[in-house]
Amino acid sequence: MAHSNEMGAPLDFKGLWQYDAAPEDKSQVKIAPRYNHFINGKFVEPDSGEYFDTISPSTEEKLSEIALANENDVDKAVKAARKAQKDWAKLPGKERGKYLFRIARLMQERARAFSVIESMDGGKPIRESRDVDVPLAAAHFFYYAGWADKLEYAYPGKKASPKGVAGQIIPWNFPLLMAAWKLAPALATGNTVVLKPAETTPLTSMFLAELIRDAGIPDGVVNIVNGMGATGAALVNHPDINKIAFTGSTPVGKFIQKALAGRDVSYTLELGGKAANIIFEDAPIDQAVEGIINGIFFNQGHVCCAGSRLFVQESVANEVMRKLKYRIDTLVVGDPLDKNTDIGAINSKKQLDKINELIQAGIDEGGQVYKANVSTPDKGFWCAPTLFTEVSQAHRIVNEEIFGPVLTIQTFRTPDEAIKKANNTAFGLSGGVWTDKGAKIFNVTSQLRAGVIWANTYNKFDPTSPFGGYKESGMGREGGLHGLTPYVNLD
Amino acid sequence: MRIPVLKTYKIYIGGEFPRTESGRYYELKNKKGDLIANLCLSSRKDLRNAIVAARGVQHKWAGKTAYNKGQILYRIAEMLEGRKAQFVDELIQLGYSAKDAELEVLESVDRLIYYAGWSDKYTQLFSTVNPVAGPYFNFSKPEPTGVVVAQAPNNAPLSGLVSQIAPIIVGGNTCVVIADELSGTVAVSFAEVLHSSDVPGGVVNILTGKTEEILPHASKHMDVNAVWFTDLSKELAVSVETDAALNVKRIVNTNYKKWTKEDAQSPYLIQEFQEIKTTWHPIGM
Amino acid sequence: MDFRNTPRIDQVAVEEKVARFGTRSIKKESKMQALKLALSMIDHTTLEGMDSEGRVEQLCHKAMQPIVGQPDIPTVAAICVYPLFVKKAKSVLKDSGIKVASVATAFPSGHALLQYKLDETKFCVDQGADEIDMVISRGRFHQGDYNYVFDEIAAVKEACGSAHLKVILETGELGTLDQVRRASDIAIAAGGDFIKTSTGKVNPAATLPVTLVMLEAIRDHYDKTGIMVGMKPAGGIRDTKTALKYLVMVKETLGSAWLNPDWFRFGASSLTNDLLMQIMKQKTGVYQSLDYFSQD
Repeated sequence: MAHSNEMGAPLDFKGLWQYDAAPEDKSQVKIAPRYNHFINGKFVEPDSGEYFDTISPSTEEKLSEIALANENDVDKAVKAARKAQKDWAKLPGKERGKYLFRIARLMQERARAFSVIESMDGGKPIRESRDVDVPLAAAHFFYYAGWADKLEYAYPGKKASPKGVAGQIIPWNFPLLMAAWKLAPALATGNTVVLKPAETTPLTSMFLAELIRDAGIPDGVVNIVNGMGATGAALVNHPDINKIAFTGSTPVGKFIQKALAGRDVSYTLELGGKAANIIFEDAPIDQAVEGIINGIFFNQGHVCCAGSRLFVQESVANEVMRKLKYRIDTLVVGDPLDKNTDIGAINSKKQLDKINELIQAGIDEGGQVYKANVSTPDKGFWCAPTLFTEVSQAHRIVNEEIFGPVLTIQTFRTPDEAIKKANNTAFGLSGGVWTDKGAKIFNVTSQLRAGVIWANTYNKFDPTSPFGGYKESGMGREGGLHGLTPYVNLD
Repeated sequence: MRIPVLKTYKIYIGGEFPRTESGRYYELKNKKGDLIANLCLSSRKDLRNAIVAARGVQHKWAGKTAYNKGQILYRIAEMLEGRKAQFVDELIQLGYSAKDAELEVLESVDRLIYYAGWSDKYTQLFSTVNPVAGPYFNFSKPEPTGVVVAQAPNNAPLSGLVSQIAPIIVGGNTCVVIADELSGTVAVSFAEVLHSSDVPGGVVNILTGKTEEILPHASKHMDVNAVWFTDLSKELAVSVETDAALNVKRIVNTNYKKWTKEDAQSPYLIQEFQEIKTTWHPIGM
Repeated sequence: MDFRNTPRIDQVAVEEKVARFGTRSIKKESKMQALKLALSMIDHTTLEGMDSEGRVEQLCHKAMQPIVGQPDIPTVAAICVYPLFVKKAKSVLKDSGIKVASVATAFPSGHALLQYKLDETKFCVDQGADEIDMVISRGRFHQGDYNYVFDEIAAVKEACGSAHLKVILETGELGTLDQVRRASDIAIAAGGDFIKTSTGKVNPAATLPVTLVMLEAIRDHYDKTGIMVGMKPAGGIRDTKTALKYLVMVKETLGSAWLNPDWFRFGASSLTNDLLMQIMKQKTGVYQSLDYFSQD
């Protein structure tokens, strides 16, 4: 037995036993060479005749091509939604609910195909698409299906009626899940929808269109058009919509808010974040470290509520740092379809460039950078897990949303200092608190100005749990009882 | 013959009654054209000072117990009831009939009591415990949005003002209210009621002047969380909503034909200025 | 030493972390490597009231030759028996390289005088035991007499001489993961060479969450002192699938230095044949039957 008084040499996680590749079978999944718009229950060719490619960010190979919607296509979709809305709203709630239950069930039946496509098109690890995105998407439909005939219990003293036609614009980080977050409450409350997926991740939405057709949802209730920013703008500017629901960046959210100024269109915005994750010295440290990892590296850090600003009480900073480094060295970065992959591909070249620009900015501003000792494939877009120390609230990487696997680490001495710095941001989406002391949890969680606070956990989601931001992180809630409100008028 | 003592109407910022820093004023006249009073024509600097005052006390105000906030709202109602005659007089000066003036005051008192009662209840109404599929205790509850700027309506000098202030502050927000030009005397007198009724300075700030001069600066202000406007011109509404996007302000555009009627009161108006916070915690040993 | 304030453990997060280890997919060559590794880490165990010399002799033969005609398949690390059978086991195993471990200190309850425990330990060592698996005094632990527990372990360690000491915490009787962590810290600080979850006589025996907490205690001690301590989950690990989850956990918590029988053991009996069946399945591509594997 080797006894010594020295501190242990760093642990080695790269020894003889390494996992062999364990790729998910994709032979069952058939991706068509081309997808058209889904309007009025049918797949229709684009007015412009134009298509754009969707590629796999992990291989850079073209997966399919997608119809590009111009104003005419958007108009067609809105008209179809308008035409369908009256009958959909008139349908008894319990029948609308049954349609939603059908969607949920079909999604469970096709779960594996959805998760494989999600990972191929978006780059996220199959472990996450299989265990998080797809099951949660189905659960969301199950949850709101049950509300369809119970709305009278949701608003004491008021009568809820649908807004009408909802335009919904969703991001590329959780493509299917965000479609579910948007569609389920809108449909349950009697609205019809025009959905625009993000241009880098259209495929699961097109599989969802097929599912919706197969579920027998009446024509025009759900319409899906694809395209870039101009398509989204056409939807926002369309004169015959009643509601816009948007999830994406804060700059685009502000653009939408401006575009809707003076119009009788209600809107909900789920925007960016720069969440603080606060570790007190009395926290369960090993679990907190796992929470930090989960907080920032889940989905390559492409998460609006990512715990991207870590605050560690100075007395435990060395221990936390050592353990963080151990942990990121054990993360498996690579093929999203490999069941052992923890961190997949960055969603697009554009996003990778942005992440790299901000990492460089952090280095230029004097931050100390630590990159995980991991290998990444040659093709595709990759970013190793990255830690920054010796940074402050004054640094650009501490203020701007990076939307990548990059964590900034600061220390603090007192709870007041941690809370002040945590709230020192334009955003207010989420936050994390780690301490074993109950009274402190209630104090700190109530002082953090953010819509979702995880205490002694991080990045948990559930259909029953409202999600949404304070300040520049947006307005309105998705999920739970509160998630119905954006889609109803109360009289 | 006794010469009556005339009152100087000033604005209300941070629990004090300063004159506008600009030194400007406007003449409030009755329908016959007689001068009722000179009122402050508040400037954007007055607005800035009011927002600083509102921000400064917001955290503390929100931290008071619901019971305490309810008591304070009730106290405002008591003070207003006691000064009923003064408000009736001021409303008559503005052209109200004695009967309408009395209704306007009494309904305003009742409105305060209505919201005083909500103080320790709306949280129960709008909160949920969410049965998540995992070993977590998860709950959602409302928290104040922060600092709210309200444009008072032009059709209800007192009841409009009160019906805006009460749901905003009972929810733990602080506010800056831009009084309607023609309601300036009533608004300032109401500030005096607030001042004598345990409302901490800065929780409510009242400016008199021109909405079109002041509100655009409020909608651009980066330390304002929400704007409630009632009867803006289309053009001004568009510009206010556009500027609100600078920091993603919440916009509420709600007006009533008759602010004294019961449909102008609702817990859902409190909710307009609340953010829902969801908290997760594991359930383990 | 003050063991009142030991690191806090969040049970829910531990269970989630463990579930995540369970999603690792071990295929192809990495699987064969893991199967052989797991086999080589087994303390092949019999701890029954009805144990006899005959039974122990059979156990030793199984340990030396887990399967006939497969020379590339490793033997187990050790056999684990009651003190009275150490001599017999040594005589059968001879210079096979397989260690003999003996439980001691009034196993499994530990309710005995310290002197009795020390005498029993010395007896085992005299009989030739290479390793001593002691139990801690859980009653005294729950009474808060942490220093008593510490002193007792230290005394047994001294009685062991050159034999390795494994300290059984009997985690199924500790109640919470916080207590598991506290007991681990006490056992490590008192000089245990290994910490071990269970006697196998209490339910639950070894679990993944408990083992993770113990591995983290070992890691913290290593980080502070540079001293390595071994880990032995025992009881309830019956199949290959579960054993591989343990290996993944060791690999990703402590790293490759602990992935050998010197630093990690499984206390098990039926696991041996399950691993052998999996190894033969990997070799032949055919699902196996227990009829073809010696059951000793």
